[in-house]
Amino acid sequence: MSNKILIIADHLDGSLNESTARAVACAQQMSPTGIDVLVLAEDGASVAAEAAQIEGVSRVLQADNAANAHPMAALLTPQIVAAAQQGEYSHVLGPNTTFGKDLMPRVAAKLGVAMVTDIMSVHSAHEFDRPIYAGNAVITVGAPTDQVLVASVRCASYPAAPGGNSAEIETLSLDAELPGHTRFVNLEQASSDRPDLQTAPKVISGGRGVGSEENFKVIYDLADKIGAAVGASRAAVDAGYVPNDMQVGQTGKIISPELYMCFGISGAIQHLAGIKDAQTIVAINKDEEAPIFEVADIGLVGDLFKIIPELEEKIG
Amino acid sequence: MKVLVSVKRAIDYNVRIQIKPDGSGVVENGVKHSMNPFDEIAVEQAMRWKEAGTAEEVVAVTIGPDAAKEQLRSALAFGCDRAIHIKTDEPVQPLTAARVFEAIAQKEEPKVFMMGKQAIDDDSNQTGQMTSALLEWPQATFASEIELSGETAKVTREIDAGLETLEVDLPAVITADLRLNEPRYLKLPDIMKAKKKPIEDMSLDDLGVEAAARLETLKTTPPPTREAGVRVESVDELVAKLKEKGLV
Repeated sequence: MSNKILIIADHLDGSLNESTARAVACAQQMSPTGIDVLVLAEDGASVAAEAAQIEGVSRVLQADNAANAHPMAALLTPQIVAAAQQGEYSHVLGPNTTFGKDLMPRVAAKLGVAMVTDIMSVHSAHEFDRPIYAGNAVITVGAPTDQVLVASVRCASYPAAPGGNSAEIETLSLDAELPGHTRFVNLEQASSDRPDLQTAPKVISGGRGVGSEENFKVIYDLADKIGAAVGASRAAVDAGYVPNDMQVGQTGKIISPELYMCFGISGAIQHLAGIKDAQTIVAINKDEEAPIFEVADIGLVGDLFKIIPELEEKIG
Repeated sequence: MKVLVSVKRAIDYNVRIQIKPDGSGVVENGVKHSMNPFDEIAVEQAMRWKEAGTAEEVVAVTIGPDAAKEQLRSALAFGCDRAIHIKTDEPVQPLTAARVFEAIAQKEEPKVFMMGKQAIDDDSNQTGQMTSALLEWPQATFASEIELSGETAKVTREIDAGLETLEVDLPAVITADLRLNEPRYLKLPDIMKAKKKPIEDMSLDDLGVEAAARLETLKTTPPPTREAGVRVESVDELVAKLKEKGLV
């Protein structure tokens, strides 16, 4: 059986989200006969051009539609179903970003098939590992081989496929009726010049131990000094120190940076679930018994307000 | 307005789960079970609408074995008016659950079908989206704020880029995220009162629902572990280690 794979591109403001290249890396392990990336946008030219550079991509399909100005699952789904059927794909994949989490189950239901959430490892084109119980167990699942496989890819498990490709870009016209029952109102984006938390190679994070919104400034300053993104624990978000979209953990963002340095984070299970794939975890906490030290590659017991200024000075 | 809310029985979030040595699953016997925490948030939201006079009737629904009645009783103790128990001893996967909820929604005709965004046992995060797809209803997942007005709902969603607000026509499926509300503690009189509220029993056959094709679970294993690393005693030592690894 040939494995022809369609990947739905996640993008915002004319840029491709790196999660798409991570999904391509996962797809490459499924013995694909072809990997196509579908760009659904109002004007997808710049996103399609970026997707065409990803190593392993056979074709980029660009389907422009004014209704795609803001991605809404109810409007994207009929187009994806049409593209999947038109192209006779065996697999339809998306990243497990909030975009993919919202969208892919709707696609699966419309195709009448089961879905695999959060592929973290590929055994074959229809057999995968995925986490359950907040990552405290892993199950190996076998999907039916006689139907289209719809799945989301756990981005933290795959490094982004490299660039350097120049796949052909085709415009695609999709015959799909779009519902009018869902309308975009607005998007409040935390404006930040800092790197994106989900894709940044370095992340500095603060927890309840930081103490206040004002105190978080020391975290931001250190992050800016080393060019890192800033994250936070659920406790810090719930305490109102930082906005929701900075939360790292099972119910927030699951990340896999090269360096994760956290201050005043005790290391609740749900937080650890979000950082397990980081290459190097550095923990600074004044409580030497904090569970974060059980997973940290480098631990330092002490007061973050004394350590950060010293760190800034010595990193130089 | 009628609100339907789904609840799932799951191993309590405080339990440290254990994997059976033969890899056949997670130990469930003798382990504390509770209502999935995201479903509690969904139920709480429905109660707030009821207390505000926006919802006249709130109906809780679950799919599961006899023991799942316990979670329906909790939902009734929150203040749900009645409950529906779709009984099955087989584990139910999301697409089958969605078919059941589609059938229940067609029968009950709610304006809002509230669900938790995911269950903390299988972490699939699929059932709400699948249910709304089958019903051809709008979906608003990961809700942190919901404003109902007549025939529409404005839903603020927690997404990676920030907070997105959608307007959906009702009926719609809305799934609750963590920050939608903080569920109340149940009081004894409410728990007592809940015992008298009606629970209707049904089967998949009664609803004419056929189980969907399944994912087969081949084995359950512990996750890869991280070894604890080294403790350093000073910032100098820390900086030296970071430089050694080329990280700063």
